[in-house]
Amino acid sequence: MVMSPQGKGKAMSGLFEKLGGEAAVNAAVDIFYRKVLSDDSINGFFETTDMEAQHAKQKAFLTMAFGGPNSYTGKDMRTAHAPLVAKGLNEAHFNAVAGHLQATLEELNVPANLVDEVMSIAGSTKSDILGL
Amino acid sequence: MPSITFEGNTYQCQPAESVLDILLRHKVEAAFSCRAGSCQTCLLHCLEGEVQAAAQKDLKPALKDLNYFLACQCIPQGDLQIAAPTAADVYSQARLTEKIQLSATVWRLRLMPEQSLLFQAGQFLNVRSPQGWVRSYSLANLPASDQGLELHVRVLPQGKMSHWLTADCGAGEMLEISTAHGHCIYTAGEPQQPLLLVATGTGLAPIVGILRAALAQGHSGPVRLYHGVREAADLYLHKTLQALAGEYANLHYYGCVSGADTAGIEPGQDTQPGRAADLAFQHQPDLKGSRVYLCGSPEMVKQVRTRAYLAGASMADILVDAFTCAAPAPAPLQETVSL
Repeated sequence: MVMSPQGKGKAMSGLFEKLGGEAAVNAAVDIFYRKVLSDDSINGFFETTDMEAQHAKQKAFLTMAFGGPNSYTGKDMRTAHAPLVAKGLNEAHFNAVAGHLQATLEELNVPANLVDEVMSIAGSTKSDILGL
Repeated sequence: MPSITFEGNTYQCQPAESVLDILLRHKVEAAFSCRAGSCQTCLLHCLEGEVQAAAQKDLKPALKDLNYFLACQCIPQGDLQIAAPTAADVYSQARLTEKIQLSATVWRLRLMPEQSLLFQAGQFLNVRSPQGWVRSYSLANLPASDQGLELHVRVLPQGKMSHWLTADCGAGEMLEISTAHGHCIYTAGEPQQPLLLVATGTGLAPIVGILRAALAQGHSGPVRLYHGVREAADLYLHKTLQALAGEYANLHYYGCVSGADTAGIEPGQDTQPGRAADLAFQHQPDLKGSRVYLCGSPEMVKQVRTRAYLAGASMADILVDAFTCAAPAPAPLQETVSL
């Protein structure tokens, strides 16, 4: 059974369907990752030689934040972001990314109550991402 | 740590080391080029042991079944017995039928495969010379039985394969070719979508292939082709592309000359001073809804891919083919030039 980080796997898959499933993720990921890459305060953490792989990672993150099927665990997220934390990743960067996520959802006219649910899942990853 | 056995010698692996790195560290003369799992030059045969799925990505099913794998993508998880590919598994014969010099450094070669080969314009295949040198070349023509395979070969100062192909290999000579692979191809279904094609150097070969496919399939949206070179004399298909642009109202072709010596170049309809990508973005800053093809040097492809994406093209609509020049190896090595 796939679980979102705070362990409400079943309730969250309801959210995933309300948002429009994988098609919604596909619509959001291009807009979201473009915002992130255009933001000079954070894009240094996202620069990569393999843009397609980075794009795929953002898609996996959005799928998780949308309450969709994913295999993310807190430990994975902690390990994956540790090198970035070592490079100075902090709460301001986390909040900037979260802001881009919220703006993406608003741009796609996602209803406010669903935006809140997505932002709450995304927010729940903060301590793992920042290694707190 | 696991070990690998190749041609009677056993080598100890280091953590996270690929099979290719292990062989090169031990000065084994292994063929390789892109080191990124795309060119398939480093294909090897696993006789005993298990290779992970990632090391078989994009291999033909028959090769997967035979336990072939890409040395640059394979981190041994257990002991492996490996061997060089068996020619009959991987290569077929093709005859060189035509060799035409298009510019000071670029030649057009035509190969006739002995057995018909399935491919799409813009894909690439590996060519193996009788000396055992393996290089990737893109296919510039549409599949048609009498057309064979059109390759554009640029002679590089240190390129032993390109020298041999253009200077020593004569018409009638037999070469070995792999099957064709690669995802940078024209796909039908959205004939009105604007297309942006950017090529540097002989990245024009796959771009011309994609262009020919688009025109043959009746693409009706605007098609903009930018060919970037150092000197005007390097615009090796200038007249052909000018003529084609004259024939198709929706095709716009720009030869872009980036070298210092652009004094003689008047910004005009077809030839412009400056970098291909800069001109493309100047002409069309918003790429939302466009499909973008980028072929050429890895630096150009990487930079322009990001720019195209930030300019609004969706990731799925940006298709790239970077030259697979052999990347520098961690250990000191023999000649490492290709294409």
